[in-house]
Amino acid sequence: MPDKPIEGEKRVFMTGNEVVAWAALVAGAEIMYGYPITPQNEIMHYWTRLAPKYGREFLQTEDELSAGFTTIGGVLAGRKAFTATAGPGNTLMQEPMSMAEAMRLPTVVVIQQRGGPSTATVIYSQQEVTMTTLGGNGEGLRIVYSTANHQELFDYTIKAFNTAWKYRFPTFILGDGYQAKMRESLTIYDPASRGIELVEAEPYFGKPGVPGVDRPPTQLRNTYNVEEELYEVLEGYFKDYAKIAPEVAEHEAFGLEDSDLVVISHGVVSRACKAAVKELREEGIKVGYFRPITLRPLPVEAIRETANKVRRFLVVESAQGQLARLLKEAAFGCPVEMLDLFKPGVGITAEDVVSRVKEIAG
Amino acid sequence: MSVQPAMPKSWRVDTKPHKFCPGCGHGLVLKALGQAIDELGIQDRAVFGCDIGCSLLAWDFFNVDTIQTHHGRTTPVITGLKRANPNLIGIAYMGDGGGYAIGSQHLVNAASRNEKITVILVNNTQYGMTGGQMAPTTLPGQKTETTPYGRDPEKTGYPTQGPEMVAAITREGAYVARGTVANLRQLKNYLKKALENQMAGNGFSFVEVLSTCPTNWRTNAEETWKMVEQELPKYFKVGEIKVPGGQKEGEANG
Ligand SMILES: Cc1ncc(C[n+]2csc(CCOP(=O)(O)OP(=O)(O)O)c2C)c(N)n1
Ligand code: SF4
Repeated sequence: MPDKPIEGEKRVFMTGNEVVAWAALVAGAEIMYGYPITPQNEIMHYWTRLAPKYGREFLQTEDELSAGFTTIGGVLAGRKAFTATAGPGNTLMQEPMSMAEAMRLPTVVVIQQRGGPSTATVIYSQQEVTMTTLGGNGEGLRIVYSTANHQELFDYTIKAFNTAWKYRFPTFILGDGYQAKMRESLTIYDPASRGIELVEAEPYFGKPGVPGVDRPPTQLRNTYNVEEELYEVLEGYFKDYAKIAPEVAEHEAFGLEDSDLVVISHGVVSRACKAAVKELREEGIKVGYFRPITLRPLPVEAIRETANKVRRFLVVESAQGQLARLLKEAAFGCPVEMLDLFKPGVGITAEDVVSRVKEIAG
Repeated sequence: MSVQPAMPKSWRVDTKPHKFCPGCGHGLVLKALGQAIDELGIQDRAVFGCDIGCSLLAWDFFNVDTIQTHHGRTTPVITGLKRANPNLIGIAYMGDGGGYAIGSQHLVNAASRNEKITVILVNNTQYGMTGGQMAPTTLPGQKTETTPYGRDPEKTGYPTQGPEMVAAITREGAYVARGTVANLRQLKNYLKKALENQMAGNGFSFVEVLSTCPTNWRTNAEETWKMVEQELPKYFKVGEIKVPGGQKEGEANG
């Protein structure tokens, strides 16, 4: 059995879902648990074709509650386990991921957003931001990468497994229907060839020895006898999260030095924004570009620094202000004015952004 | 000198006495399970998963790796674990609410897939932890907080026959039995066989246990015992229901 799915580097032309399957494979994912939903189905299709060639496993579960909870079981056994979902599946996934959050389990979930409430709006949206960053009955102690293109889907899927197992918070890749289904060129690679070390998975359960005799038993729970007990546990988690947040947070920006309006977006929409900002700058209109790559934790310092410097933010998203809400919280107290271009559930083009900026600039 | 009855070796002594109400059946089931784990010598590789409901009080019950999960989701957690590490012995422990109501799709599908795990379901005919509401297993006429005039099967259906259902949807290799806390020797035997069936890699193993909840039944010792010994078995036949290639024991075998 070949142990390296990819030797060195390879230029390829693939759909985003195929990219995720390859990335999970080279990241050392050992088992996928999944339930079909468009537009993420082909992650499972490619995984089920590739996995047996490399000794990896798959289980199609009865629903997303089960996919999430079996993923948790896989992680407890010490395997890099993952799942993928979208829309109403993401809603169901919040129950298991709340538990993963509360138990600090390194689950990896790929979300390919679709329109909501979505029993059949299968195409595209950015409407799963609130749910993916803060969903569930917890405090949202998780890591969410919002990718913009296929290269990032590959890079950040690998990174997601490393981040999850290093910091032990549930980790999400937030893609969308366009990224899932369209074909694009990118370079896939063996992480080792780029000096990327894979973080080892470790078992929570079934370590050597008899529990209670050679080692204490590992006993994980959701139940606390008194409020203070839970409070104490959470205090520890908040401290850990605050400590890692600056290490984990990522963003991309340009043109901030000389601009007084900054266009902010995430995911696929940032491609339109980037093109628009470049075009506008070529025309001599001074606009900046900012894109959080992590939506949770947000790159708060960079956002506040920008918000203290420039006069206006133009938030562009295919949702009715789900990113904007996060930004408002991050920039609270800064003298920036927030303008928007919201098209919930609809794609946004560079032309849309250019004309909105010109409208604002007058 | 008073002689304390011996605790199973796999019990965690520092968490005893346990937290169940006096007269609760859970403690008896867990005793039989502890003995089964001891006799099979699997304390090092057993993983115990308990549900929401009174079973969660067992989150630190054994000297065994344990996960206390969400209401009805213990079956998929143990399924995922077992698939990822087949050397472990996965035990999913839940109530009738967890197994037959909220988590029934997980039970049905795990059974259909013949997952190599052991599910132990404690049937105390109502929801214990939330204060005694109707469960899928509540008897016709039985009073609960949400059937204050007694369960009317015309309106709310008849008690779920769990093991019979599991036996019907599993293939060869499954082990299905119904035990009772009124016969602990037999119960331990069923639990042992259910675990052995998993260890042999045969398939799904399921044991329902008729159990007591004097707190919500509002029964004294005598009535509690009458209920579990006489009333419950009228609806729920005790015995082995499906045994891989072997001879069944007990009354359900008829
Ligand atoms: C999703 C969800 N819904 C409802 C509850 C509330 N709840 C906690 S325990 C329980 C019933 C448990 O009954 P059963 O499974 O029969 O176990 P028992 O307490 O009788 O042992 C319910 C409904 C919950 N914890 N989670
Ligand atoms: S409420 Fe009933 S099932 Fe729960 S611990 Fe008390 S007696 Fe046992």
